Amino acid sequence: MLDAQTRATARPSGTEAPPIVAFEGVTKRYPGIIANDSIDMEFRAGEVHVLLGENGAGKSTLVSMLSGLQQPDGGRILIDGVERPIGSPSEALEIGISTVFQHSMLVPSLTLVENATLGRKWWQKPDRAGTAEAMKAAAERIGVNLDPMAVTGDLSLGERQQAEITRALMRGARFLILDEATAMLTPNDAARLGELMRRLAAEGMAVVFITHKLNEAVAYGDRISVLRLGKKVGGLAPDALKTLDPQEATNEVVRLMFGTRDASGAEEAHPDSTTVDRAAKPTLELLAVYAEAGRVPLQNIEFKVWPGEILGIAGIDGNGQKQLAETISGQAPVSDGRIVLDGAYIDRMTIGQRREKGVRYVTDDRLGEGTVGTFPMSINLLLKEIGQAPYWRGGLEQPEAIRENARRKVTDFDIRTPSIDTPVGKLSGGNIQKVLLARELAGSSRVVIFEKPTYGLDLANIAATQMRIREAAKSGAAVILISTELDELLALSHRIAVMDQGRIAGIVENEDGARHTIGALMSGAAK
Amino acid sequence: MTDTVQTTDAGQRLRAIGGVLMMSLGPVLMAFLLSGVILLILKVNPFSYYGYVFGRGLLSPTGVQATLTRMGPLLLIAAALIVAFRAGIWNLGGDAQFLVGAVFCAAATPLMAPHVPIWLGLLAGAAISAIFGALWALVPAFLRAYQGLNEIITTLMMNFLGISLASVLVKLVFLDPATTVPQTRTLAVEDRLPTLFGTTISSGLIIGLVAILAVHFMMTRTAFGLRLRVVGGNASAAVHAGLAVPLLTIAVFAISGGLAGLSGGVAILGQYGNVRADWNPAYSLSIVPLVFLARFNGFAAIGFVGLFSILSIGAESAARRTGVPNYFTLVTIGILLVMLAVSEYYSAKRQKAGA
Amino acid sequence: MTLFTDTFLIALIAGIAAAGVPLLLAGLGEQLSEKAGVLNVGIEGMMLGGAYLGFYIAWATESTGLGFLGGILGGMLVASLMVLFCVRMGLNQIVIGIALTLGAEGATALLHHVQFSRLYPRLSDVATWRIPGLADIPIIGPALFDREPVVYLAVALVPILVYVYRRTHLGLAVQAAGDKPAALDSAGQSVLAIRSFAVLGCGAMVGLGGAFMSIVGAGVFVPFMTHGNGFIGIVLAMLARGRPLWVLFGAVLFGACLSAATALQVAGVDIPTDVVQMLPFVAVMLVLLIAGRNAKLPAALGAAYVRGER
Repeated sequence: MLDAQTRATARPSGTEAPPIVAFEGVTKRYPGIIANDSIDMEFRAGEVHVLLGENGAGKSTLVSMLSGLQQPDGGRILIDGVERPIGSPSEALEIGISTVFQHSMLVPSLTLVENATLGRKWWQKPDRAGTAEAMKAAAERIGVNLDPMAVTGDLSLGERQQAEITRALMRGARFLILDEATAMLTPNDAARLGELMRRLAAEGMAVVFITHKLNEAVAYGDRISVLRLGKKVGGLAPDALKTLDPQEATNEVVRLMFGTRDASGAEEAHPDSTTVDRAAKPTLELLAVYAEAGRVPLQNIEFKVWPGEILGIAGIDGNGQKQLAETISGQAPVSDGRIVLDGAYIDRMTIGQRREKGVRYVTDDRLGEGTVGTFPMSINLLLKEIGQAPYWRGGLEQPEAIRENARRKVTDFDIRTPSIDTPVGKLSGGNIQKVLLARELAGSSRVVIFEKPTYGLDLANIAATQMRIREAAKSGAAVILISTELDELLALSHRIAVMDQGRIAGIVENEDGARHTIGALMSGAAK
Repeated sequence: MTDTVQTTDAGQRLRAIGGVLMMSLGPVLMAFLLSGVILLILKVNPFSYYGYVFGRGLLSPTGVQATLTRMGPLLLIAAALIVAFRAGIWNLGGDAQFLVGAVFCAAATPLMAPHVPIWLGLLAGAAISAIFGALWALVPAFLRAYQGLNEIITTLMMNFLGISLASVLVKLVFLDPATTVPQTRTLAVEDRLPTLFGTTISSGLIIGLVAILAVHFMMTRTAFGLRLRVVGGNASAAVHAGLAVPLLTIAVFAISGGLAGLSGGVAILGQYGNVRADWNPAYSLSIVPLVFLARFNGFAAIGFVGLFSILSIGAESAARRTGVPNYFTLVTIGILLVMLAVSEYYSAKRQKAGA
Repeated sequence: MTLFTDTFLIALIAGIAAAGVPLLLAGLGEQLSEKAGVLNVGIEGMMLGGAYLGFYIAWATESTGLGFLGGILGGMLVASLMVLFCVRMGLNQIVIGIALTLGAEGATALLHHVQFSRLYPRLSDVATWRIPGLADIPIIGPALFDREPVVYLAVALVPILVYVYRRTHLGLAVQAAGDKPAALDSAGQSVLAIRSFAVLGCGAMVGLGGAFMSIVGAGVFVPFMTHGNGFIGIVLAMLARGRPLWVLFGAVLFGACLSAATALQVAGVDIPTDVVQMLPFVAVMLVLLIAGRNAKLPAALGAAYVRGER
């Protein structure tokens, strides 16, 4: 768990001054949905205000109204107690509102200093040395270490975020929005960011921290507001949060978010490993596999997966997990070593041949590579079977067979779509994932790779997806589950391998104490 | 939901067709209106001008025949562009592919014609033009497929190169020794593509129509066409799905270049009979935006190409009668394109608001 | 017959400048526009706009200075349509670019027809600025240092643009507009304003290049006289990948081949001009074939910016 003490350090002393920003009955409608339904909320100096909610709860809409990207359709926004619209991003900056978005808002081809000077008057000459000094000073003030002359594109996401926060400070921000800032960070970086938030609040800044992780909310927040389906369903005021211990606070938030009292139902209930027959022949074997072409080269990867087994792959994002998935599926070449499927080498086969042998890959980049967003859902369901009977005969499309397949998949996988002809890009994230699952789990699969299968999904879809993963294993396939959510890995996998910098740092049986061992392997302590 | 699919499908289709008609006719009318204003400024009666244009291009027997004959090569160019654009490839080198195809066809066919049956000569000529057009497209194809080089640059450069090369070949290599004007040997009129039903319309029109319909069918109904569209719609998804993207890319360039080359061949075999030095009708540049605005739909492209042919044939006659030079057509077409793009903008906006 | 006489060499080098300046201006303009994320296929049209208006004003006022200003204005006029349709309304840049090229070809030819009917009045020679000292160097001096002021201006634009791109906020903003427009927007600067500026700046440079062709190069306006120079400008800008100096090298290379073609003909060498004109394209294609790499283009090139869309 996160350290609860960080939260106790700096409390706002007085609340006499009006909040920097106050929402009164703010409403935002999009065609078909009410994204924010008369929201009342206050953001005060010296407070970390956590916005909690699941996907689609309306957090991003709220942020975009705070940062001037969107305008409310109803209600009032008060700035320092006076009604004033936030008409554009530059107005937001004038007020002192800075936003650090989940996706970096730095120009990759420019250095940090140059990014910091963006937005200044165009006729001025960028004062690189001076800005670099100021940047260093601002970074030091908040305990961040960065090189102002580094080109942004070369930095990690965590470093970019720190640079963005530093830039906000340099611009005289007094109101900092961190939009899903920890989503892409390693646990260590996330903890560091939490400490940073506390320091910023101590300096008198108002911090808005958007997240869907309960432990972070409780650990770093002074005030918590919970959004559900566009409405503010409640929250914890600073005094309430102060009197509760972390577990109580968590339970209270869970009650608000889901209407139940239980934070984590079947914690540490491991899947039954006795169902896996390790004496049998493994379905998939990786023999000293090297893949050097990728951004994170794979080195000496070796493991076996037996029929019906779920092998979890843990690790901080970007340590070669994607390369591993692509190497097995055939998207990335093997530079050395062998991959064996059911006793036959597949490492020289094309993607299509491996698919025919039963290799399936559910990618996490659902719109980027998983689907063609503008194509109908019915076609996306067959994207990997183009030209195959019964959907194509003699190279000609068989529309009825294609429709029939789509209708069946819609029912079987509970895909919510206006029609089977709807472009897949218009579906929600959860339904796009169902389309991918329906496509990959069709036919006889031998190896299924799930890459971050529940990333960005809401609870109902997470449950549905996890059920599919278990089913795939039960049907006898060897399952590789790549995830950055440790809880998910512990709940589903029989064994868990930890990846670190393109290598397997270790493989652990999922039994009591596994969480601790994996944590140690991930942080590199076991090296 | 399932049992009503058929009917809603038909209803949707009808509505879609109605929408496309609205979207196409509105801007066409707007374009004529604006061009009319310009004519008024030039002190020309727009009604009489457009009377001449359509009287000649659409209503007079000889004019219609000229319009339909011109459509042949233009439809082939449109087919070439539809294949490329649907596969996400910006082939802007159609003019050179056209010319290279035309030159080699014009060089070879008159030499073959006296020794083989007419149909064989024509078939060989058409094949030669398609092959050389495709070959000319292969350089950008390989650069794009295996080195990831942006095809806009390479096709533009190959365009300049090809136009110069065609001219050099005519002046130095394939020169007709019997004439003093630099041009290739001329294919005798009786050896050319047959005309249709006793008119002067070249059967190139049929080739063009068949080609564009075949391309439309291929892109929308076949597995091969779908593969190409996947590459165009999302290249990463194509890789993920195991498609052989480099090979498909090369195939696209080859088909596209081949059709553009064939267009040149049809122009020679059907209409011109030879290539003169520095001849470059630059069809491709005008067809690019038309195809785009037809949303890569073969049927819509036939309509736009028809309109374009009427305007360009009619304007030649209107120029003689009203003193408004040919160039005016370019202005009209420029305005038309802008109007079509603007109408697309507003319909997209409406759709967004209504969605 | 000796080919390489002094007069021949002077004509050749002077020809490089004459053929290279429009290409240089077109390439620099396109580069500015592309850097900001607007793929400007309409520069052929902008060039013609500049060529016509420049020529017309120079002819009407009998002042070449005003003529060049007119050229800049003519290019910017066409560019302002690009701004309206592509930057403000976000329409497809390739379609609008081609539409503008076709429309400007027609419009300038039409205007010329209305104004001059079938006459092609010729402008008197443009005064040159003789740079003392340098102009006395044999061969190079008279060819390069006794030239029209626009030639110096065009070359001077190269270091100026290098300075702007590297050393000013404007340059940074332009790069951000092409690479990550959302970052510029969230920094409180208008993406549309920066892109509009870039396209208008492109129009100004390209229009000046067109005016150079009609006022200095030919002395007359002839319909369609830019003859693909704008498209070569696009090629130069894409090959130069954001570096103005590379545009200059490219313009010199292409200009040299164009000039050599003319000079050889004047000297009575019997090679079709097309062969020589092909050389730069062959050279560049060979370079690409052998050392082909990804042409690194701005990430948001060709995509309209809509706030809130990713």
